[in-house]
Amino acid sequence: MGNVPAALKHCLSYEQLTRDYPWLAAWLQREKVRGAFIFPADSRNAITDLPKFVKIVEVGPRDGLQNEKEIVPTDVKIQFIDLLSKTGLPAIEATSFVSSKWVPQIAAGATEVAVFGSASETFSRKNINCSIEESMQRFEEVVRAAKELQIPVRGYVSCVLGCPYEGDIEPSKVTKVVKTLYGMGCYEISLGDTIGVGTPGSMARLLDSVKKEVPMSTLAVHCHDTYGQALANILVALQMGVSVVDSSVAGLGGCPYAKGASGNVSTEDVLYMLHGLGVETGVDLSKVMEAGDFICKALNRKTNSKVAQAKCRL
Amino acid sequence: VVPLSLSRLRPASQAVAVSSVNPLPKQVKIVEVGPRDGLQNEKLTVPTEVKLQFIDMLSETGLPVIEATSFVSPKWIPQMADQAEVTQGIRKRPGVVYPVLAPNLKGFQAAVKAGADEVAIFSTVSELFAMKNANCSVEESLQRAEEVTRAAKAAGVRVRGYVSCVLGCPYEGHVSPDKVAQMAKHIYAMGCYEISLGDTIGVGTPGSMRAMLDAVSKEVPVDRLAVHCHDTYGQALANILVALQMGVSVVDSSVAGLGGCPYAPGASGNVATEDLVYMLHGLGIHTGVDLQKVMDAGAFICRFLNRRTSSKVAQASCRL
Repeated sequence: MGNVPAALKHCLSYEQLTRDYPWLAAWLQREKVRGAFIFPADSRNAITDLPKFVKIVEVGPRDGLQNEKEIVPTDVKIQFIDLLSKTGLPAIEATSFVSSKWVPQIAAGATEVAVFGSASETFSRKNINCSIEESMQRFEEVVRAAKELQIPVRGYVSCVLGCPYEGDIEPSKVTKVVKTLYGMGCYEISLGDTIGVGTPGSMARLLDSVKKEVPMSTLAVHCHDTYGQALANILVALQMGVSVVDSSVAGLGGCPYAKGASGNVSTEDVLYMLHGLGVETGVDLSKVMEAGDFICKALNRKTNSKVAQAKCRL
Repeated sequence: VVPLSLSRLRPASQAVAVSSVNPLPKQVKIVEVGPRDGLQNEKLTVPTEVKLQFIDMLSETGLPVIEATSFVSPKWIPQMADQAEVTQGIRKRPGVVYPVLAPNLKGFQAAVKAGADEVAIFSTVSELFAMKNANCSVEESLQRAEEVTRAAKAAGVRVRGYVSCVLGCPYEGHVSPDKVAQMAKHIYAMGCYEISLGDTIGVGTPGSMRAMLDAVSKEVPVDRLAVHCHDTYGQALANILVALQMGVSVVDSSVAGLGGCPYAPGASGNVATEDLVYMLHGLGIHTGVDLQKVMDAGAFICRFLNRRTSSKVAQASCRL
């Protein structure tokens, strides 16, 4: 599969960011005056008129563990993935980053490949040391190689609702990247609110733009809960027709841009909401909680899932 | 390093107008319950001077309503024993309302004597909850509420009504939306100017919120309704969003998410005011609240209580 190149996870601390860009902290907190937000619904029913089935993509073993300080031994990781595979989760990510240098290693048993693009030019340069355009060219090689081996490719776009360096991101910028990835042959594109600054308002505006270029069925949302907005953002995405949601059991994976803050949204909390809405997922919440319990013990940390914290059986 | 110029920030953009049928409210009134509901559920007893400093800081934030204390018997809730001193000691900011809880006529009279300008009464549809929480039946609790509203009317004091357990009860489990609607209708008819619907144990989801508001809004005008969501299962902001989509424009919250859940040890309780304000401002909804100042008040009280904030916005902004 290949090792993750160190350059791919270059992270700055939140303090350093706010020192370099003094406007950032204030920007994140100021009232965004955009006039009355008109919810895109034709009737009250649209509020809870949601997809009948939502596919949950569990990113705990990859995105989650990669952002945890403690390193987990391989046998624990395997046991963790094993527990998750008994929950009914339809997709469990254990893929690594792949760059064009590692293309030959796809043949070594990968079942799926992920490519990571960014909607922000600065984030792209800081994180993968190249421009968005250059990254798309590299991905094209990867996708072509994967297609030849009939291996599906999932595209990720980061900073879709805000960038730690550039601030606001124009939905049109995101749409351009999504369209390119879709055109290349990615079967699904996950829209990542990488620093969790998005709100239902910015999520709706983004999806309104993207849906004009790619079918809703190819989109997934990857929301971070750094500002507590994840479930509300996911709800709006579902109301607009998205039916694939990325999440991380126990909310594994902090935010590299805000020390002490949370990162991924918890799979348990997402499931609780979806099941309460009558949406089917095929997933057993209590088994997910068991897996979360297991990995938190191994990592010697508390769960980030509120459902797990409440531990109530209803 | 040259800081990015402020001109990089996007100016106010046009609202996304796809349909005009379901606009969100342009404005939302936030009812801050930290000093009462929040502190009531914190283990550490807070001295009166600290409570007053806390309330005074909140008065500077732009929050229009700040629930200050509860005139409940100190035997039940020692944290609220200084109810009269707190009520008298608040440096009231013009334009801000400071309601206090009045669980019975005696409490109401003490509240008025101490200078309270608004009171709140409680109700529940669950018999078991009434018995365990207020040591009386639902019928008796309504009688007490009626005495208070009658006296309040005579004294020209406004009354806010709470309904608890609207999306689930820790003892009875499922709660029928119709029962909640009938209770809301009842206390509205008693004379409450606003009805706050409380998901007391935070078990609600956008689905049950929708069903409950559907039933209640048939009996009480939606502009008289408020939602009081607990974040015990992480559902609060999603539930609040649905309430806004259904026309509700008053939301209760607690700075720093003060106040755990007495029914799930270790779990969180009230939704954090900071996180709520962040969402509302991101939706372009006006609140009049200064988020930075709310975080200051949150940091102050958390430092005193020697606890971490429950607000994710505060955590992300390193205001732990």
